[in-house]
Amino acid sequence: MEQHSDVETVNPRDQTGGEICLTCKHLPGCVQRSKQASPILFCDLYEEGEWSADLVAGIIDKHRGERGGLISILEGIQAKYGFLPESALRLVAERTGRSLVDIYGVATFYKAFTLEPRGRHLCSVCVGTACHVRNAPAVAEEFQRQLGIHPGETTEDREFSLETVNCLGACALGPIVVVDGHYFPQVNTRQVGEIIGKTQVGLDFVEVATDERVFPVEVFCARCNRSLMDPDHPIEGHPSVRVTISFGRKHGWLRLSSLYGSFTIESEDEIPEDTVLNIFCPTCHAELAGATDCPVCGAPMVPLIVRGGGMVQICSRRGCFSHLLDVSGSGA
Amino acid sequence: MINLKINGIDVSVDRGTTLLEAAQFLGLPISTLCHMEGLTPYGACRLCVVEVGDPPNSRLVTSCTYPAEEGLKVRTASARVLRARKMIVELLLASCPQSKTIQDIAAALNVRQQRFRQENEDCILCGRCVRMCAEQMVAGAIGFTGRGQDRSIGTPFDSNSEVCRLCGACMYVCPVCELRCTYNEPEKAICGGCANLAPPCVDKPQFDDMMCYMQPCVACEIKKD
Repeated sequence: MEQHSDVETVNPRDQTGGEICLTCKHLPGCVQRSKQASPILFCDLYEEGEWSADLVAGIIDKHRGERGGLISILEGIQAKYGFLPESALRLVAERTGRSLVDIYGVATFYKAFTLEPRGRHLCSVCVGTACHVRNAPAVAEEFQRQLGIHPGETTEDREFSLETVNCLGACALGPIVVVDGHYFPQVNTRQVGEIIGKTQVGLDFVEVATDERVFPVEVFCARCNRSLMDPDHPIEGHPSVRVTISFGRKHGWLRLSSLYGSFTIESEDEIPEDTVLNIFCPTCHAELAGATDCPVCGAPMVPLIVRGGGMVQICSRRGCFSHLLDVSGSGA
Repeated sequence: MINLKINGIDVSVDRGTTLLEAAQFLGLPISTLCHMEGLTPYGACRLCVVEVGDPPNSRLVTSCTYPAEEGLKVRTASARVLRARKMIVELLLASCPQSKTIQDIAAALNVRQQRFRQENEDCILCGRCVRMCAEQMVAGAIGFTGRGQDRSIGTPFDSNSEVCRLCGACMYVCPVCELRCTYNEPEKAICGGCANLAPPCVDKPQFDDMMCYMQPCVACEIKKD
């Protein structure tokens, strides 16, 4: 498979001015990237025939010969482009030796797949039974009116897609609206405008001082079980987490905000974006390495033991904000 | 050989034989719709239900997909089977009342009317055409798309398929085919042969008589002139 050997060698930072979009890192000068922190799932630039046959071929080859590999392939393509382009499906049919209509049948069967480009933000309004009796249809109608689209459609500026779902399993919070993975409980029609406004500003934007989702955690080294907290150098009013890092030939300290949900860091050396760091305990000098990889960017996750039991895992890639908090089994 | 009992008659069949084949071997009438010789069993229409097992624990299965088992007791015309079969026919009649095939089956089962809302669909999703296209014509031009009440049969992206040879086999095997031919919308039509007057064997590579299911064949009529 010589033809797609260049996929990984392109250095996206040279082209996009510092930041990486997970979906369109092959495109120079991406204009959408600066607007929001989370990866862009759909980029207008793709429409101009910029999809890469090599990239799709790579995804197909990864799952070749697997039983049920077709769904994995389609998921992979959808993760890259945000939808399933016709040309990609044709390529899948060609390379897997199945008929196009089989592929099309699977792609239209599952609701997770879409053949149309979706908007940058996806609003799902639950109209399941419990939400329905609490006036969800009026909420859905208000979304339709304010966005000017019907469920299943996308606004012309590709900002919003609207869909109705039948149950999100959170009936106690109904009527519930989910926008880009953020849950809005007990929504009434007056809040619809507010939700749309918030989404446009960016839902990942967190007010550290007031947001309840931000709370301090006290972490320990998984190897020697000594505290990593540094009370002498507080960040955002709380003791910071101090670790030793190395990347390339550099070696130094790094202080992270201990607030879960905040991403403020201080470091001895300037860390370039997209660098994968090796992180060490400052006391026992053991590398803090886990077995899992980041679900977003694939870099190794760094496990830290949380006081009271459980574990927080942070992505070792600079610029990737992926983190997992697991307090299950802690009894806390 | 596998020994089983169908309606009290002992019969031994080869391994892999379906209950439908075994019953047909004994000459027992079982109505079928989606079943077709030469195509893989599909079990979509449920018309061929039979009862297997002893009464308190017996169950209804589709005989076209159920392989014969050693010592199995099968009843093809018990009260339960007939009741189920009549219900299925009524439902089929409700969705496609104009189909001659379904009308004939209904008449044979003594169903004279149905109790459900008339739908006037043009497809019962039996999958005959899909299997015909993939298995006998080896084209794979049409298939199921969507799911639930949006499930339908069509070509990828609802456009003319490039692997379709316009052989017409799908229309030939369709049990409700009167409405399958959408000649007034040529771009949507699966066949489109008559609308475009571009019969398959004229501008496509010639294929022999065995591959053509058009009877009478439009193309052959034109070529004769």
